[in-house]
Amino acid sequence: MFPMPIEHWKPLNRRLYKLTLPLALLVWLLPLIAVMVTSIRSTEELTEGNYWGWPKHFALISNYHDALTTSPMLHYFFNSVMITVPAVIGAIALAAMAGFSLAVYQFRGNLALFATFVGGNFVPIQILMIPVRDLFLQMGLYNTLWALMLFHIAFQTGFCTLFLRNFIKQLPYELIEAGRIEGAGEWAIFWRIILPLIRPALAALSILVFTFVWNDYFWALCLTQGDEAAPLTVGVAALRGQWVTAWNLVSAGSILAALPSVLMFFAMQRHFVAGLTFGATKG
Amino acid sequence: MIDSVPDTPLHQMAAPAVKAVGKRRSPSARRQQRAAWLFLAPACVMVALFVLYPIIKSISLSFYNWDGMTDKTFVGLANYVELFHAPTFYTALKNNLLWLLLFLLAPPMGLAIALYLNQAVAGIRLVKSLFFAPFVLSGVVVGLIFSWFYDPTFGLLALILGHGIPVLGDAHYVTFGIVFAALWPQTAYCMILYLTGLTGLNADQIEAARMEGARGWALLWHVVLPQLRPTTFMAMVVTIIGALRSFDLISVMSSGGPFESSTVLAYYMYDQAIKYYRYGYSAAIAVVLFAIMLVYIAWHLRRLLRNEH
Repeated sequence: MFPMPIEHWKPLNRRLYKLTLPLALLVWLLPLIAVMVTSIRSTEELTEGNYWGWPKHFALISNYHDALTTSPMLHYFFNSVMITVPAVIGAIALAAMAGFSLAVYQFRGNLALFATFVGGNFVPIQILMIPVRDLFLQMGLYNTLWALMLFHIAFQTGFCTLFLRNFIKQLPYELIEAGRIEGAGEWAIFWRIILPLIRPALAALSILVFTFVWNDYFWALCLTQGDEAAPLTVGVAALRGQWVTAWNLVSAGSILAALPSVLMFFAMQRHFVAGLTFGATKG
Repeated sequence: MIDSVPDTPLHQMAAPAVKAVGKRRSPSARRQQRAAWLFLAPACVMVALFVLYPIIKSISLSFYNWDGMTDKTFVGLANYVELFHAPTFYTALKNNLLWLLLFLLAPPMGLAIALYLNQAVAGIRLVKSLFFAPFVLSGVVVGLIFSWFYDPTFGLLALILGHGIPVLGDAHYVTFGIVFAALWPQTAYCMILYLTGLTGLNADQIEAARMEGARGWALLWHVVLPQLRPTTFMAMVVTIIGALRSFDLISVMSSGGPFESSTVLAYYMYDQAIKYYRYGYSAAIAVVLFAIMLVYIAWHLRRLLRNEH
């Protein structure tokens, strides 16, 4: 183990370590804590200038209630869900098939295709912006949930394919051989043999892709206009313009926007970290 | 992401079947070939339509003048000539470089926090998750949090310093202020990579080095860091990409201002397209950004493909 486990430390140092831990956490999360405290502060207090003292009156319910009802927050939230959930399912479905194909079959162009998927991942998204926007305008999908959903499916497919192809490649090929001997068709091999085995990878990917899509801001700006199809990220940024001085409401809105991905992360932490660090220990 | 698994028996199994039959493949080989393409087709269509075609289209668009409504007019290299004479382009380029250099602080800081947290005390799992939390926040939320932190009249920074500094309103500080905010989630990301790397260390080697008297820095530098090399590589990859992709925070915190002093290529491009409808010119900016990234993508792909053989 590195560094030396604290059981082997001097007792004094050990105690110091345990003491500094919550302090370090406090400093690290200070900006976030400040926002949380403000989100429960009443407007009167803010106008009095009590920005950083302990709140005298808790306005938790009224602030969050206001943030939800006096702005289209719920509408933005609904949009975000309607974009993110299908995008995650779509990207993973396409990538599972593509990854399976690239890992299992040998054909000319296999590696070139794989390289294309990987390379597509690292492309600066700005180079896609104008043509993608134009494409959706021509399809009549600009400023609809469909545009964001379809684009995210396409863009995330590259990353997911890379991930799943490598995962499937590590499975023993004998499983597929055995399936073929039993007379299973190619689809049955994919559906009955491979898919159940890659379930952990699918879980890890879905949580990762969920956060990527949920937090996207650039495409939401490019492919929507006004409130109609705007997801939460755009909505929260707009809130700031609307409530220039109502910082307590803006922070309540920010907390609400951050909540789903934070909750997802805490609920599926192990999968999340596994996905994020996949391959980081090899190579 | 980067995988170096030596070729599994897959290839050796599939290859002879194809070779032995020569040009006339067996029905099962043909069926497999068809299956391979059917499985790939939907993903290929989507990627071709929304990734490959737009890249080519952007490159061709960069030779035209276009406002998105009237007809395009071919202008040759005029957009590029204008770009290379625009002072904002150099500001953006300089800021991109600044982002890149400052962002490279994220891996060492992440490593430092990972080393600090790599202990088995009660509640450490929760502490690690909380340290990681900033990474899960969207750029918009991080931007809002820090805009507020920097606010010269009531921000936390003004409270700590005793007087307000308009960080985001001052051309000298603004980029540093935004990068500092961006380093928060990025450091968390590197931290989690290193925490995973640290659990995979070879304990025997470390014990052996300790027996020979290696301690602290020497042990870290000569024994631990070499073992963490794949992790460091990964941390650098995600950090460089993160630096070149910086957009959300700039858009939320400063809109590239004051007077375009905090703009980067990504934001400059967006601004020219959305605010001024200069699609051809903004495509040219995107192509330059793409060219910069291409060097990096090529290097990365080469590494990846080499591992495949």
